[in-house]
Amino acid sequence: MDIPSLTVDQVKEGLAARRFSATELAAEALRFAEAENPKTNAYLHFAPERALAAAARVDEKLARGEDPGALAGVPVAVKDVIVTKGLRTTCASKLLANYVPPYDATAIVRLEDAGGIIIGKTNCDEFAMGSSNENSAFGPVHNPLAPDRVPGGSSGGSAAAVAQGTAVVALGSDTGGSVRQPASFCGVVGVTPTYGRVSRYGLTAFASSLDHIGPFARSVKECATLLRVIAGRDPCDSTSAGAPVPDYTAALGGNVKGMKLALPREYLKDLAGESGGLIARGVEVLKKLGCEVQDISLPATDYAIATYYVIATAEASSNLARYDGVRYTSRSGHSETLSDMYRNTRGEGFGAECKRRIMLGTYVLSAGYYDAYYLKAQKVRALIAQDFRRAFAEVDAIIAPVSPFPAFKIGEKVDDPLEMYLSDIYTITGSLAGIPCMSVPCGKTTDGLPVGMQILTRHFDETGMFRLADAFERAGGVAG
Amino acid sequence: MKITEQQVRYVADLANLKLTEAEVRKFQADLDEILGHVDKLNEIDTSSVEPMAQVLYEAGETATLREDREVPPLDNTAAVANAPAAGGGYFKVPLVIER
Repeated sequence: MDIPSLTVDQVKEGLAARRFSATELAAEALRFAEAENPKTNAYLHFAPERALAAAARVDEKLARGEDPGALAGVPVAVKDVIVTKGLRTTCASKLLANYVPPYDATAIVRLEDAGGIIIGKTNCDEFAMGSSNENSAFGPVHNPLAPDRVPGGSSGGSAAAVAQGTAVVALGSDTGGSVRQPASFCGVVGVTPTYGRVSRYGLTAFASSLDHIGPFARSVKECATLLRVIAGRDPCDSTSAGAPVPDYTAALGGNVKGMKLALPREYLKDLAGESGGLIARGVEVLKKLGCEVQDISLPATDYAIATYYVIATAEASSNLARYDGVRYTSRSGHSETLSDMYRNTRGEGFGAECKRRIMLGTYVLSAGYYDAYYLKAQKVRALIAQDFRRAFAEVDAIIAPVSPFPAFKIGEKVDDPLEMYLSDIYTITGSLAGIPCMSVPCGKTTDGLPVGMQILTRHFDETGMFRLADAFERAGGVAG
Repeated sequence: MKITEQQVRYVADLANLKLTEAEVRKFQADLDEILGHVDKLNEIDTSSVEPMAQVLYEAGETATLREDREVPPLDNTAAVANAPAAGGGYFKVPLVIER
């Protein structure tokens, strides 16, 4: 059993042929993940009891001859902003260092019903706020391909776990690029589905009009398998969509001849260095596969960062008000009054980036500024969504970069928050429009750093997105 | 300057966030720079645009309604289990009103 290169299909075949039991695999995967973790700090804590209990249930089903589920026995890592009943969920924050949730997120229930084995909870930026995983209260994650570099953020631990092979697939969350950007930095596949495609019940709220749960895997097919398991209407999340969930894997393996693709001029004009060269080579591969490629303009792109950082921080300032030292968080020890207790708890508990965003969000919502900032941003958001609607009247998918640069050095950008925010430009637009988008590996720089290519499609057209990504992957990407 | 240290203190107060003097200075500079960038939004004419508060797509009017039926609520012990101070099934907080 070669744990780091294990696939979902290999697990399925191995269990069916009785080469190993789910319990043996879970124990081996846990041993491997725990031994590897000091290299990356990808996991905050492991879940041996839960994993072995889940594996035992899979083994019982197999013994009874029942279908053990689409992810039976598969080791899964889960970002520590998704709540797990009885298993610590810290959001990488000091405030929730000892928080043990009383319920499971819907995505977790579905994952385990399908036989998935949660082996541990992964590191991330505190409350999913960041683009480098350096904002974790429990230390940064090291990129498994280049340990002095960041894995991206905020779902850096989940991306690193999959890249390192300590999990076969992982769950992350994406608000402005937090699945796609770390997937691109770590050389794995990462998917942000349509807004509402996956229930957020049990996902710790950051910016509710933008939050998504999304899968990571080492192949397009495995991402498609995991998304199918977790997607679909959930009565516990009124924003979850009722649209039927197709079998995404059924559409894979077909050809993409004649598929109409667009390259947004605004995304490519400033894309310098090797990242630009690799994306251009990726587009050539797609042309060879028979795709028709045209240029388009998405004119509101220039306003996306400003729009996003007003809306996301405004919603965050409201969502993070619940961490008040009363119900779930730790409490500052020395406060005479209730008001002091709130202030001290929050002042001592939140890290710098969370405070910065709470401050910005509170400011843009405060009396006298609401119309100028928040309402204005919501209107510009409508224009950004309209750009995509117009584009998709003509084309089937948009091809874009994921990040302006590959993984950077730990510490390199921490002193300039605006520069860090600006680096989210290519992922933020899709988030604001709520359309499905994903990062698929698109070669490596001469330093061996992975670069991801982004594919964006219409609302609920994950099928088309996966079909294109799968064709690209099978063609060998830019290495082919 | 978009924002003063005095405004930073006022906003921190609204957000129930105790900041150190060093943080006040740092956030004044950071927010000033970020708000300077956000000013870009004024370049674009939105006079005839409806604000977008949520992602919208085609669905029936009642698509998000669920069946109204009773489910067991979160049990009290579980609800207060993570509280830093609890007693008698309640959350305990510092004194709110003087006796």
